[in-house]
Amino acid sequence: MSALPLVALVGNPNAGKSALFNALTGARQKLGNYPGVTVERKAGRLALSDGRPIELVDLPGTYSLSPGSPDEQVTRDVVMGRQAGERRPDALVIVVDAANLDNHLRFALELIALGLPTVVALNMVDLATRDGLELDAAVLSRELGVPVVSTVAVRKRGLDHLREALESLLNGAPRAYPSGEPRDFDANRAEARRIARAAIVRETPSRRLTAAVDRVALHPVAGLVLLLALLFVMFQAVYAWSEAPIAFIEGLAEAAATAVRDTLPDGILRSFLIDGVINGVGSVVVFLPQILILFFFILMLEATGYMVRAAFLMDGLMARVGLSGRAFIPLLSSFACAVPGIMATRTIADPKDRLTTILIAPLMTCSARLPVYAVIIGAFIPARDVGYGVGLQGLVLFCLYVAGIVGAMLVALVLRMTVTKGASGGFLMEMPKYQWPRPQDIALGLWQRAVIFLKRAGTIIFASTVILWLLLSFPRVPDGDPTSQVDHSIAGRIASGLQVVLEPVGFNRDISLALIPAMAAREVAVSALATVYSIDAGDDEAALEQSLGDRLKSQWPLPTALAFLAWFIFAPQCISTIAVTRRETNGWRWPLFMVGYLFVLAYAAAGITYWTATAAGL
Amino acid sequence: MRLTDLPLRQPAYVDLIDWTLLSASEGQRLREFGLCEGASVEALHRGGLWGKGPVACRIGRMTIAMRRAHAAAVIVRTGPVTEADEQA
Repeated sequence: MSALPLVALVGNPNAGKSALFNALTGARQKLGNYPGVTVERKAGRLALSDGRPIELVDLPGTYSLSPGSPDEQVTRDVVMGRQAGERRPDALVIVVDAANLDNHLRFALELIALGLPTVVALNMVDLATRDGLELDAAVLSRELGVPVVSTVAVRKRGLDHLREALESLLNGAPRAYPSGEPRDFDANRAEARRIARAAIVRETPSRRLTAAVDRVALHPVAGLVLLLALLFVMFQAVYAWSEAPIAFIEGLAEAAATAVRDTLPDGILRSFLIDGVINGVGSVVVFLPQILILFFFILMLEATGYMVRAAFLMDGLMARVGLSGRAFIPLLSSFACAVPGIMATRTIADPKDRLTTILIAPLMTCSARLPVYAVIIGAFIPARDVGYGVGLQGLVLFCLYVAGIVGAMLVALVLRMTVTKGASGGFLMEMPKYQWPRPQDIALGLWQRAVIFLKRAGTIIFASTVILWLLLSFPRVPDGDPTSQVDHSIAGRIASGLQVVLEPVGFNRDISLALIPAMAAREVAVSALATVYSIDAGDDEAALEQSLGDRLKSQWPLPTALAFLAWFIFAPQCISTIAVTRRETNGWRWPLFMVGYLFVLAYAAAGITYWTATAAGL
Repeated sequence: MRLTDLPLRQPAYVDLIDWTLLSASEGQRLREFGLCEGASVEALHRGGLWGKGPVACRIGRMTIAMRRAHAAAVIVRTGPVTEADEQA
């Protein structure tokens, strides 16, 4: 089969490109990566009005064809036909923001000069109208020499026109495009300005929503209060909104375990299904609601345009530890997961700023640590009120998050004075207009995140749980032997060896055991403990009835539990983070450095916590 | 007057840009944001509690955040629009 015609969406950041892409392709999107770089490739299918399918690819937004970051480089290389793993597009859709013509047309002129069949999507005309700007698309089309279609991602009519324009581009015979001498930057800018002026029919100054909101949102005091309030609501919601869906998933897992217990005879298969699959994977899938809530907030903050304001507010503080305010966005995303967080550092132009941000991203308490924190806090920290309606459990959790942030800032400071020494890269960002995101875009983003998480649960987490179950279940304890199955198993013997290293910081055999598979993903520590205790309990009905929290409480001294929490503030283990760091830094040097320093810090934190708690007689 | 000294929300024009205070990539990015001699500018917000944070300013139709070090490289002029401003 010959490949489908390829059409690329290109344009400035904040031109509304992604919303247009979503509106054109719907949920039929394929996310992938360009080979050799971790730039995400977003592609989707689109049917022309004659039913012919084409492939539409959404290129990273950029301001010109002189790239300032790896993302922007991909855009340049694709439109030039030089990107590995991508054929040269058959046509371009240049997306320009109707309210920012002077600037966006300059890049459009640069793209039109490439000579590819091109249509310009004059996007977000509704927002321009809101600001009192009226444009003539026909004038624009005449001046640019290419078709121009007015679009608003939420309205179907513009999208149909765009489809028709693409169809005639792809059907039509190759046309002569204005090529001639390539103009330089300044000539393009002057030309863009001339065309923009010609196309503007009327411009009445009107009240601008964005300016009004920014007076509060960017205020040195009020803005900071607003930011902290938003973050507080976000973390509260992660717990408050997730209770019901979590109970639902737990109910499902229990029902599944009961069904298996009722249908299968006692034996290896039943143990495998209940102890390995249902207990192991179930204990991780249960965190899907919390992860989705966190991502919901992050997607909303990005889509409304607030995230850049947060970076603006944080820049002063970030500058003190040698980072840029831009680092705030990847670091905030790292609260959900360090992998997208590290990928988001690609927008940081300065290589040393970027490297420092990558190295500290794993210190942001990611959602995979939540299961661990939740189980240990639930078991060991009494649900007491410490006054003013603040619960002790919530307070401990908050302290763990703060410890991660403080740790990250200190590490950044040290790194900036040592391994990533150099002048600070600065902070330059466009502040887009505020806008209300389309619910479909948010829903699509959440859906994509959920699929990624469940895939992970179904592959990495499933596989490591199964392997752990195997290692724990064999060799079987001979009948009549008093040693426990766990002690007798391969995993138990490995853990006993590892325990020599971990015992000084108060870790028992079960923790040593849980830390091995937790290399695959941090939350596996919980499923591993669940599997260990599930196998340990064997046929003991009373023990099986106990929850994981109760079992831990009866078996671990408090200092051990606290040391375990302290370990997880720094917890180096997570294969995906290591892999993405290797890709982003092009080698093994930095991921190894990262894992090394995290191990040292985790060990020290656990040790200090354990010794202090023991000395305090806890 | 430097852009850092321009009172908030007072429209002005870019008189001169001291490119030597900016790195090549910063200069390039600022040019892409539409910063050029003659462009209309307006300081909108200053970040940070002690006025040491970044500056948000309007350049043409765009709103840009930059650090004070960058803003100091931009010399601005208030007052009537000249013919050169219109051309730019």
